[in-house]
Amino acid sequence: MTREAYITGVGMSEIGVGLERHPLLLTTDAVKEALANAGLTIEQIDGVATYPGMSHGYPGFSPVGADDLIDTLGIKAKWYCGGGELTSQLGAVVEAALAVKAGLARHIICYRTVYEAAAMKRPDEYPMARSPRASGYNQFFAPYNAVSAVNWVAQYAMRHVHRYGLTREQLAQIALTGRANGCLNPRALVQKPLSMDEYLSARMISEPLCLFDCDRYSDASTVLIVSAGDALGDVTATPIRIASMAGSVNRLSWDQAEWMASYDTGPDLWTHTDYGPKDVDTVQLYDGFSFLTLTWLEALGFCDIGEGGRFIEGGQRIARDGELPLNTFGGQISAGRLHGFGFAHEAVVQLRGDAGERQIANSPKVAVAASGGGPLATALLLAND
Amino acid sequence: MSERTLPRLDPNNRAYWTGGERGELMLHHCGDCDRYIHPPKPVCRYCLSENVAPKAVAKTGVVDTYTVNHQPWKPNMAVPFVLARVALDDVPGVYLTTNVVGCDPSEVAIGDRVCMIFEQHDDVYLPMAQRVGGAE
Repeated sequence: MTREAYITGVGMSEIGVGLERHPLLLTTDAVKEALANAGLTIEQIDGVATYPGMSHGYPGFSPVGADDLIDTLGIKAKWYCGGGELTSQLGAVVEAALAVKAGLARHIICYRTVYEAAAMKRPDEYPMARSPRASGYNQFFAPYNAVSAVNWVAQYAMRHVHRYGLTREQLAQIALTGRANGCLNPRALVQKPLSMDEYLSARMISEPLCLFDCDRYSDASTVLIVSAGDALGDVTATPIRIASMAGSVNRLSWDQAEWMASYDTGPDLWTHTDYGPKDVDTVQLYDGFSFLTLTWLEALGFCDIGEGGRFIEGGQRIARDGELPLNTFGGQISAGRLHGFGFAHEAVVQLRGDAGERQIANSPKVAVAASGGGPLATALLLAND
Repeated sequence: MSERTLPRLDPNNRAYWTGGERGELMLHHCGDCDRYIHPPKPVCRYCLSENVAPKAVAKTGVVDTYTVNHQPWKPNMAVPFVLARVALDDVPGVYLTTNVVGCDPSEVAIGDRVCMIFEQHDDVYLPMAQRVGGAE
């Protein structure tokens, strides 16, 4: 019989901008919360997975490597991985799920720690690794000042505008929904609603994306504990089953890939499960840039490709009390740039009925959490069944 | 010294970044299967042949998509400017990210015909797109 994988514990540090607390301590804060949440002790952890591993490329992008965490916590790991060559952030959770299914470990700490806001505030402490010339795929972007991912996502968004008639008023609903939901999340970075007028008058960053279509650098750590189906006896919390997983990468380049990876990953998610889009009670979809969320809705089959703008128009459908509540913790646009892991964290919280004031009604049973969406994409189907 | 961050030249990319000195847009081409490989690599991504070499291609194409960037990402960066993904004529499967220059950013549209010109910065000749007509 195939061993199942579950998320049994979730934890999160405070979320801030320019925090003084060391990123390793933010990580241990989140680990402690996740262990208590699952009812596990650190001695029971035998694996660690993280994305993208210790990284020196961008200051604060990933300041805590798996080696450091294993050493700090005295974990006797039988399996671990930390790397960026995964199908986006939640790819680390996929790796962990595969490891527990294969019997290589029983309980795995999966984490993502970001410290970009603090690094920007304190460049002396976290210097940019300056190289006078660009190499790798960056050599094809940097000379043209296409230096931010917003420039790359904006070009996909512009194609959507051109082909399908996406309007700013439609796209605004991703940010408006996130900001409305963030008001009920005590940890969210921004707890203030956003009006359509504010959205429409915001300054453009990279057309058609404005300031509110972008998430905001933050400092935080998010932890998910992935456990083997035959190790659930150790756990006191409600385990949430990873009912399906999918990921994709074709060409890891923002300009040579014909179209976005989310469109490959979304349909694949449904090939490993009896569940379908109609069974889903809530979606937590990557919103590093709002347009990515819209493509996930299309890719996962909640609406046809090209219909995303009309699907979210008016915002009622994706509101917390709508038929498909979206990013109920505020998404990264409101809660802060947790970089992928916040979506799986919130799905688990909602499926357990632990979301407090922002809990969606009618005891949700099935949720999708997705990360990435550009040249890389990962989707998880999570179920309380 | 150039205001732009320039590519580090190596044996694979040198022809692409310096072909503009002779007014040529050089892309890696496979002598066995007749397809183009970009970014340049020492092996064909379609047939794994190592019989690849830079070849001059047509400098015309079409704006596949674009964005107008308004955010100055570093001090003294002039904004707004247009970033575009150009699909070259007769080079299927290759897109070039570039700036569309020589026009008001608000004039650019998907489908615009462009011609690649070159802007010299030190030892590098950056291919840039210039509009040669409206959308077809």
